[in-house]
Formats: sequence, C-alpha cells, structure tokens
Amino acid sequence: MVVDSGPAQEEIDRIFQALADGTRRDILTRVIEREQSVSALAGAYRMSLPAVQKHVSVLERAGLVGKTRHGREQRVHAEPDRIRTARELLDRYEVLWRHRVAAMDALLAEERPDRSKE
Amino acid sequence: MPVLSVEKDLDRHVMTVTAEFAAPVERVWALYADPRRLERHWGPPGWPATFVRHELVPGARSHYYMSGPAGEREHGMWIVREVDEPRSFVVDDAFADEQGEPKVETGFTTMRADLTPVDPRTTRVVFTSTFESAEQLQQMLDMGMEQGLTLAMGQIDDLLAEEGAAV
Repeated sequence: MVVDSGPAQEEIDRIFQALADGTRRDILTRVIEREQSVSALAGAYRMSLPAVQKHVSVLERAGLVGKTRHGREQRVHAEPDRIRTARELLDRYEVLWRHRVAAMDALLAEERPDRSKE
Repeated sequence: MPVLSVEKDLDRHVMTVTAEFAAPVERVWALYADPRRLERHWGPPGWPATFVRHELVPGARSHYYMSGPAGEREHGMWIVREVDEPRSFVVDDAFADEQGEPKVETGFTTMRADLTPVDPRTTRVVFTSTFESAEQLQQMLDMGMEQGLTLAMGQIDDLLAEEGAAV
C-alpha cells in the first residue's frame, strides 16, 4: 500500500529535525548563497567553533549540506536535492488541502439554492 | 479559486490554508458538522471518505474510513477538542484500526478551522494543520497520492473550467 518513493521515514525526520533550529536554518541559507568554511560560518555567530561544527554535522547527517576539502580547510555546501525533498513533502500536503477546498467549494455550489438566478 | 493563501512553516510542522467560500457561514459550518457532507470533501483525491460515526461536539470521537482505488480501506478517527459554533472548531485526526481506535504510533494531526463571515454570502476559513512528525505526514501523503495527485490536478482544472464557464 505504502508507495516506496523518495527517502525513508527516518531520513525525512532527520531533515525536519535539522530544520527545526533557527541557527541551522540560517547556516543553510548562508551556504545556499555560497560554499564556505566552518570557521567563516562561525565568524557570523556568537558561539564557539565546536558549537557551529555541531550544527553543521546535524545538517550533514540530514543530507542537507555536504563538506569538501580545499587544502587545509573544509568547506560546507548545500545539497539542493535534499532541500527540495523537504519542500516537496509540504507541497504535496498543500495539494491535499487544495483538493479539499475545491471539493468543499463544489459542494457548496451544488447546494446553492439561488444558483439558477445568478 | 477559493484558496487565498497557503503558508507553510517547515520547522514547526504547521500549514495554514486560507480560503473564501461563496456561502453563508452556517452552510460552510455544515460541511463539517454533517457527516454526509463531510465525507464528500475530507478524503484525499481518489480516496473518498465514509464517516461511520461523527458528531461535531466537544469530546466526541468520529470514525471514518477511506476507500482506495483497489478496494482497500484505510481507517481514521477524530477526537473533537473544541467547538464554538459557527466560529471555530479543533479536532485531532489520526489513523485508526477498524474499530476506530487511534493508532498512536503515527500520532495525531491537529486541525483548527476558524470561520469568519466576510459578508452575509461569503465566508472566510482559516485551516491550521499541525502534525507531530514528518513520518506521519509521509504516511498520509503516500496513501494513494501517486494517482491522487494527477487526479487532484485534473479536478482543480475541471473546477477552474466550470468557474470560467459560469462567469
């Protein structure tokens, strides 16, 4: 019955959990704009480098960002496919609701007593 | 189109849909209070709902099932939390077993509806859905959504065509 398409449920929960934190959303926004090192990211926040590293790891485990080594520094980049997955889930929920609203509207139109006069 | 706006809060698992209907507030209220009307719009596309038990009063438990395209049945239930007729109601929605007992493992989705009369013939409704986990949302969406999505798009197009023809 359950159509196995896209990521597993634990993966999806990791995505949503990763996005549940304001700092992590902010980090994600920054690396979507451009790839940058963890120390460059840390410079933007009032928190220690290890704390920022921890947030980056949560995002990485959720697959929302990846790391690549450039000489001595590791740069963080966004993983657009995974970001799209999170958005798609809610987009599909939106379709469900649009369907409901359309069905309610059709039902009301059908019941409208003065429809013929309009 | 009756949908005015859709807002999604990814991190809080909340979606807000604002819609406007060309009907007085009491008629829109009846779409949720009357089980025969409710079952005509509650099920996802391709999965019509049948309400075995439903009463929109605080504390009441509704039991419904949705019938899939291959004849399969998926049960659901509501716990009615708050009712302020005809202004607002809050229900908790969950997957259920055949007796209508909630499956706690997939959690509840809380649905709140706020109805406001814009004028005597127009009602604005704000639906706020809050779900507990991404897993729950996924399970809900997996249910027949592959064929359902296409179907829904078709229905929306049909409706738009009807509206266009009526103007």
